[in-house]
Amino acid sequence: MANLSVNIAGVTLKNPVITASGCFGFGREYEDFYDISRLGGISLKGMTAKKRLGNPPPRIAETPAGMLNSVGLQNPGVDAFLRDDLPYLKTKDTVLIANIAGSTVEDYCEIASRLADSEVDLLELNISCPNVKEGGVAFGVSCEGAAGVVRAVKRHARQPLLVKLSPNVTDIVSIAKAVESEGANGISLINTLLGMRIDIERRRPVLYNNVGGLSGPAVFPVAVRMVWQVANAVKVPVVGMGGIASAKDAIEMMMAGASAVQVGAAMFSDPMAPVKIIEGMESWLSGHGIADVGEIVGTVRPWS
Amino acid sequence: MICREFEIVSRQEPIPGVFDYKIHCPELVAEASPGQFVHIRCGERSLRRPISICALDRGTGELRLVFEVRGEGTRELSHLAAGDRMDILGPLGHGFELLDPGARAVVVGGGIGTPPLLEVARHYGERCQAILGFRSVKNVILDQDFASACGTVVCTDDGSWGVRGTVLPALEAALQGFCPQIVYACGPKPMLKGIQELCARYPVRCQLSLEERMGCGVGACLVCACKTRAEDGQENYAHVCKDGPVFEAQSVVFE
Repeated sequence: MANLSVNIAGVTLKNPVITASGCFGFGREYEDFYDISRLGGISLKGMTAKKRLGNPPPRIAETPAGMLNSVGLQNPGVDAFLRDDLPYLKTKDTVLIANIAGSTVEDYCEIASRLADSEVDLLELNISCPNVKEGGVAFGVSCEGAAGVVRAVKRHARQPLLVKLSPNVTDIVSIAKAVESEGANGISLINTLLGMRIDIERRRPVLYNNVGGLSGPAVFPVAVRMVWQVANAVKVPVVGMGGIASAKDAIEMMMAGASAVQVGAAMFSDPMAPVKIIEGMESWLSGHGIADVGEIVGTVRPWS
Repeated sequence: MICREFEIVSRQEPIPGVFDYKIHCPELVAEASPGQFVHIRCGERSLRRPISICALDRGTGELRLVFEVRGEGTRELSHLAAGDRMDILGPLGHGFELLDPGARAVVVGGGIGTPPLLEVARHYGERCQAILGFRSVKNVILDQDFASACGTVVCTDDGSWGVRGTVLPALEAALQGFCPQIVYACGPKPMLKGIQELCARYPVRCQLSLEERMGCGVGACLVCACKTRAEDGQENYAHVCKDGPVFEAQSVVFE
């Protein structure tokens, strides 16, 4: 048996497979399918200081090899999470990553403070949500914006801080370096790519929000490229995501430089996808005589 | 909850573009109740398609699904033949609340919204009245199935079959003459809104089965939002897959 455990910013995960934020709720919904303690970690539904209703429907559209969503950070707020969901999640043996979002820097700081004394293991700063009018991705598309919010949140956060980056930028590497220099303990990428579909008979966008975030296998090559670029430019660990649907995809992402991976949209067609990916990675590693999954991280050999 | 492939027993196309499948899945049938739905994988597509349960045969273990081809996903599903396997996740969601069969019920179905009401009609039998609305005679489905379960009125917009007009006048007549304890409805949103208003006016309890574009199907991804209003007036977005697809009519806000 190959060792699958990995360390992200000082936190040990039993395997590198994390369910991606927004695709797994607070975990309860998937308990009927498998023991969620098998997961390396859960990146929880993006939460805000106060409850958010989210966007009107339709919030989803299928696309070639993927999907667009525009949920708009519907969530019960951090206090409801601490009261109603965290006690349940703490009965599970898996790493809990609180994905936190806000409209202002103060919002992010408030939620980091509220979580400081909680038992979540890591924070994932969501400065990349494309589906909210204020904040969200606005912080993630400039070095100054990203650095500013990381600097402020680091003063309030007790847990190690991952920063989830948006791919909707011209230079992902400079933003990654900016957040690293302000003390980010890890970088996760990519959030969704901004996209749009139109119903040509009605001449209306399919999504009520007009635009939404593209995910699924369609974005996988973009994610691999960005993870590779960022992992080569920063010293902190990188968590790779974007269209991972199989163990081979996960291994590819780790060879690009990711120390762990997140699985999202793949669960919609196959609820068992994370478990199949864990098992498939184990079997691939064993089949290749690799004793520890860490041995593959960043091992892609570029042509020049 | 079950997620695996099951064998298709039969496939029919009662009218062009509408497909009627029977699938052998005894363990799923044993768990399911009327008004719930199943989420079906469409080949390599990213998203499953939610299809409401039309009928459950506990004896043969057969699930019956009747759906219309609306887009590429349902078209792909409609290519499955008897003997093929269908990847089904379910049963999902909250179905209809069925009262004691001694109560009287009216079911109102519009177009492809009629299938989930068939098991409700069978539950109440002769103490049920079905009102089924279609655009035209060529769109009529399941009328014989309903007629063999309960009293059935068919309405068509163009009068080419049954009563001319929408289901609303027929429902109002039933509310006055048949005096049901409960009304169940599924169909296009304008129809459901009319039924909601009519039932509130009488007043008669009413349950609506809604649809929305769906992602995970289990309540995790929050895409299939439906605006609801609680008794205290507070509005929220509930989710069709987990909180529904059946909602109490007075809690639904049509936007």
